[in-house]
Amino acid sequence: MEPLTSPPPIRRLKLDDPEPASEASAPAASGNGHAAQQSGFIAAKRSVGAPQFSIRRMEIDEVSVFYGEKEAVKGVSLPVRQGEVLSLIGPSGCGKTTLLRSLNRLTELTSTATLNGRILLDDVDIKLIEPTLLRRRVTMVFQQPNPFPMSVFDNIAYVLREQGSRRQRKKVLEPAVHSALDRAGLFEEVKDNLDHPALKLSGGQQQRLCIARALAAEPEVLLLDEPCSALDPKSTQVIEDLIVKLRDDVAVVIVTHNLQQAYRIADHVAFMYLGDLVEYASATALFGSPREKRTQEYVSGAFG
Amino acid sequence: MKPLLTPKTDSPTQSATPSAAPQPPPLSSGGSKGAVEGSATWALSDRIGLVICWALGLLFCAIAVAIVVFLFIKGISYLDLSMLTTPASAGFSQAESGGFSDALYGTLIVAVLAISIALPTGVATAIWLVEYGRPAALARITESTIEAIAGIPSIVLALFGTVIFSSTALGFLSRSSEGVVFGRSFFAASAMLSLVALPLIVASTREGLNSIPRHVREASYAIGKTKAATVRRILLPSSRPQVATGAMLGLGRIIGDTAIIIVLLGATQNFAPVEEASFPLNYLRGAGTTLTNFVYEASPTGNLNQPEKAYAAAFVLLLMVLALNGAVDIIHRRARKVGTWSH
Repeated sequence: MEPLTSPPPIRRLKLDDPEPASEASAPAASGNGHAAQQSGFIAAKRSVGAPQFSIRRMEIDEVSVFYGEKEAVKGVSLPVRQGEVLSLIGPSGCGKTTLLRSLNRLTELTSTATLNGRILLDDVDIKLIEPTLLRRRVTMVFQQPNPFPMSVFDNIAYVLREQGSRRQRKKVLEPAVHSALDRAGLFEEVKDNLDHPALKLSGGQQQRLCIARALAAEPEVLLLDEPCSALDPKSTQVIEDLIVKLRDDVAVVIVTHNLQQAYRIADHVAFMYLGDLVEYASATALFGSPREKRTQEYVSGAFG
Repeated sequence: MKPLLTPKTDSPTQSATPSAAPQPPPLSSGGSKGAVEGSATWALSDRIGLVICWALGLLFCAIAVAIVVFLFIKGISYLDLSMLTTPASAGFSQAESGGFSDALYGTLIVAVLAISIALPTGVATAIWLVEYGRPAALARITESTIEAIAGIPSIVLALFGTVIFSSTALGFLSRSSEGVVFGRSFFAASAMLSLVALPLIVASTREGLNSIPRHVREASYAIGKTKAATVRRILLPSSRPQVATGAMLGLGRIIGDTAIIIVLLGATQNFAPVEEASFPLNYLRGAGTTLTNFVYEASPTGNLNQPEKAYAAAFVLLLMVLALNGAVDIIHRRARKVGTWSH
């Protein structure tokens, strides 16, 4: 965790920055400057406009996850909405990644993990959805850029093809591949090099390829597990802008260690600590005037 | 925007090679120029150790070079291209006794047969061990079994093979007449030779699979792919260089093995096809020979006493092994072009 004791470098702001998202709905925050002083969180202005709409896609209902005897997530309830970005923050080991992974049943790959409670996707319990189908509707991007060791084109085509098959011809898949790359803001950069090995792209391009791959499945929810932690600031900015752009098409859940990032791009923030959901609020409210003492200590850099 | 597809800088191991290039042991007072760390301040025992390491390294290089140079000189002077095309025949002098074409083809047949048994079996075993491995007890037993096979001397495997392939049930794999099974054939020898290659293939395939970070597998599952699809399209292609390395090392062991050939392929210098089978099968069920067997028999120890041809055959064998090493190199260089993940 980066210390927040001294003012962190603040990202250049867009000139036409609209008013912060949930300013109006956060009564305690009478303005960024004031709120920031109150919580000790010295933040940049938010670069995100208020959501135009929000549709509830997933519902996390009293979810607990155990690894053997150890309870990693303790009775957490949260909504996941399309049209806005939900950010999970908290110190290492607080269960935020585990919670994220349980949203598309990736926790089941760990043999000791058990899940109590319900997670609903469009009002259907995800336990009733076949995992491979669920994971096409709720896709995930990982901390380390991990394109597959094949060409840029094939990385996306792999998602579109039936399981292990290679049947569909390049021509058939081309429009879908191009559109996925385009949505991830990568198409212009790689359109002449679609046959190049994906692992030779730069780190930021690789991560956007991973986002394109996750989008190619036409998901309803996009999970991002610290997608920028291995990237330089410039690539981080590109990806942050992309995430904000995507929120209208998919519900976005992002785990981040970077509080500035959560503040910049999230509409709602959930602060977790030792498996508990401590506070869930709009970004401005949570960073500006946290209700809980633990939240306030964390966002002002007292622990973590 | 950044330039497209900027190639990453080379791996550190590559760029580190020049500095790791041999330098004289810096025992002399000043230490060598440009050395990162002089050993002048080292304890005496450390300095002696360093010199010993250097000396041993040079000694092994010298031995390897000596073998290759010796065989090249001998081989080129004795090798006659007609030897590669004429089978061995009975004769009193080396000029009359023909070449070793049957042995050369025998080596190729054994190599192809044995590796086509060992490669799929080994890769499948490795995939099961790394990606599935349940129940854990069975996986542990499999692992130790493979280690045990790797440790068994090939002459013991050969003896075991004679027991198996002389059984009446397996008579269709070798020569059999009136209920008596000869038990020596290309099938029998290749089957046992595949066991020699198997541990190497399993080990290097496992190494390849284990070198793929877990998040890469999860990335494939996280877009709704099954385990089978992930293995086929992501994991196996990514570990191809290691699989190939294992196969090449295995091939080297197969074409270099002598004990199994002598015991399970027959003490003959020619193909001995069986009469009751049709074309490819009659040879594969029959006895034969390979280059290693020929070298052994032609050497002063063996029955043929044709030392010059022994050198010629050994030279051919060496060329094959060197070619395999070269192939491994090429495969790895190609793999480097595709790139890899940061861990």
